[in-house]
Amino acid sequence: MRKIECVAMLLAGGQGSRLGVLTQKMAKPAVPYGGKYRIIDFPLSNCINSGINTVGVLTQYQPLELNDYVGSGKPWDLDRMNGGVHILPPYQKSKGGDWYKGTANAIYQNIPFIERYNPEYVLVLSGDHIYKMDYAKMIARHKKTGADCTIAVLEVPMEEASRFGIMNCREDGSIYEFEEKPKNPKSNLASMGIYVFSWKKLKYYLEQDEQTKGSANDFGKNIIPNMLRDKQKMVVYHFADYWKDVGTIDSLWEANLDLLNPKVKLDLSEDRWRIFSRSPAAPPQYIADTAHVQNSLITEGCSVYGEVDFSVLFDNVIIEEGAEVKDSVVMPGARICSGASVQYAIIGEGAVIESGAKVGERPEKTSDLSQWGVAVVGPRLTVGEKAVVEPKAMLEKNLAGGERAC
Amino acid sequence: MLSNQAMGIIFSNSHDDLIRELTEIRSMGSIPYGGRYRLVDFSLSNLVNAGISKVGIITKANYQSLMDHLGSGKPWDLDRKKGGLYILPPYGNVDTGVYTGHVDALAGVLGFLERSVEKYAVLCDSDVVSNIDLVPMMEAHLEKQADVSIAYKRGRLPKNHRDIMSFSFHDSGRVRDIELSQNMEGECDFSLDIMIIERELLIRLVKEATARSLTSLGRDIFQHRVDDLRIFGWEVTSYVAVMDCIGAYVKSNMDLLQADVRTQLFARERPVYTKTRDDMPTKYGLGSSVKNSVIADGCCIEGRVENCILFRGVKVHKGAALRNCIIMQDSTIGENARLSYVTTDKQVLVTSGRVLTGAESYPIFIRKQTSV
Repeated sequence: MRKIECVAMLLAGGQGSRLGVLTQKMAKPAVPYGGKYRIIDFPLSNCINSGINTVGVLTQYQPLELNDYVGSGKPWDLDRMNGGVHILPPYQKSKGGDWYKGTANAIYQNIPFIERYNPEYVLVLSGDHIYKMDYAKMIARHKKTGADCTIAVLEVPMEEASRFGIMNCREDGSIYEFEEKPKNPKSNLASMGIYVFSWKKLKYYLEQDEQTKGSANDFGKNIIPNMLRDKQKMVVYHFADYWKDVGTIDSLWEANLDLLNPKVKLDLSEDRWRIFSRSPAAPPQYIADTAHVQNSLITEGCSVYGEVDFSVLFDNVIIEEGAEVKDSVVMPGARICSGASVQYAIIGEGAVIESGAKVGERPEKTSDLSQWGVAVVGPRLTVGEKAVVEPKAMLEKNLAGGERAC
Repeated sequence: MLSNQAMGIIFSNSHDDLIRELTEIRSMGSIPYGGRYRLVDFSLSNLVNAGISKVGIITKANYQSLMDHLGSGKPWDLDRKKGGLYILPPYGNVDTGVYTGHVDALAGVLGFLERSVEKYAVLCDSDVVSNIDLVPMMEAHLEKQADVSIAYKRGRLPKNHRDIMSFSFHDSGRVRDIELSQNMEGECDFSLDIMIIERELLIRLVKEATARSLTSLGRDIFQHRVDDLRIFGWEVTSYVAVMDCIGAYVKSNMDLLQADVRTQLFARERPVYTKTRDDMPTKYGLGSSVKNSVIADGCCIEGRVENCILFRGVKVHKGAALRNCIIMQDSTIGENARLSYVTTDKQVLVTSGRVLTGAESYPIFIRKQTSV
């Protein structure tokens, strides 16, 4: 087999429990984003655009949707004779099998996969973030510095630094300390969960860690601290473009609407760095005479007869005449019936909001702002006629006509 | 499903000369249509949706853009080891050259036909836009023990088509007579040139006709042999457009503004596949106004758009106003430009403040990569 310089390992097994009903039946990387993408399109497209065409996707939680979506990897040009994308679920071994116990253990269990390609470097990614990044530049820096591990970091506002894993480093970019969510952060360089390892070193530490009783088998908690303890050469790689963790309802909503904000530096139309996705083979969108569309993103298969303002509509969404959708995200195949109102909400795939129903509310109209938040309707649910889903509510089962969910 | 029983043949240059404006730089099959398609997508998708997994595309001239569009056949699931997509250019062997009619086109690909093992061949032209379920047509073909089944539409004859067959039938549905006149008054049953025929019969008919230097399937074979061949019609009742002039092309694009045409042409159970471009969704800017329009992905609209078809990647700047226009891929309409009844080819730039006004009976056409 041809030698492959760098293999990417994409950690896609997480549940993303903070997304609640949206990830009840699918892993977080499969969650729709930006009108025609899913979160996993970003790391996969970044890989292929960076010239990395061997990618292992580690799945564990609710993998059906994700397996189906990734398929043979065609949409990302990752259907290859040599390399390509491989779904790697936990598997049974001769001495019994294990679930992936932690991020490091997931890679550990797939050492044979990586060894098949005999790579110099392994790029570890997660399927939780929206960003465009040239991994080739990061690998080039890794080579140039002769590091054993290079960690991508983002400068975050100092007051938010205690929410992140913080890298404390010297002037030359070498890391001397890693603090997970420090109370009194010494720096504002947050780890983005993107690592380049020299494979031989990583393999050694994975094997060591596996022998350590009580280890969480986690990159952040074990592998990185152990390498630092042993004075391995670890450096940061600065990244300054758009990067967003979409782990919560608020951040998912915000990241979608960021695409409509001219001040946000995330351009998905850039020719040299396309974000690829599996196409739904839907006809073009239709905007009717009765429609009123402002400042929105709309994609194939949608039919809009009502009002859409500052919103993102995914494929095959129908907005009937007299319906209004504002400051919201409407996922594939959902239908908003006439007279329904959707504001500050995320409507799940295939959900139906019947006539006169009301989902979410503008913050200005809420008396108690602490009770306000983005409303969520789970996939394939129906909100009955004139029913009300209050702000911040997360609907997990059908709501009958006239009822109220909070 | 017709998986192993039938193969498809598509004529990609059918009647190129009827829409010169658009075929100067491409073949009929690669004419852009409906925001994100090429004409050939409809025939290809009809075949693929019926389960056919081997399709030969006969090309004649100007086929670079067609080949670019088709690639390895991935979007239609035709990149295969078994079957798949075959592009069949002229000069297939030393005796054949550029063909003039369907018969000599088929004579040029006899080798391909003979090497195939499928029992039936489904022949399609690429100047017809339709979404037809070929499975019941095949079932009728078998049930009637037909030699040839030809799909037809009841309506007014496309006026610029030469040699278009119109049929009269026996009660059984068998074709009694074939006329090849352009002067039919009123409605008639005219051929859509989508036909099912046994592959070996097709080979025999082509060989016989070639021996007599005959070139037309309709005039030289079917019309002459209407009594000894069992030719049956298959009526298509759903939406059909035949591209016989630029006017028909513009009209059928505009037909997409009707909901029932869209439902028929883009039936959920039979999607129309095309090459994807991975554009981002279309952005509707603050202050934009879009009414009654079909719009593809990758557009950026800041102006006014009414009764239009916008292809992928079209930019409509602030203050621009488009009415009754068809704007193809990656064209840009500058600030305050006003366009009415205009069709632009790909990558056209209309600079700021320009005013172009056509009429429904006389749409303005702007050629590829023109700056206005």
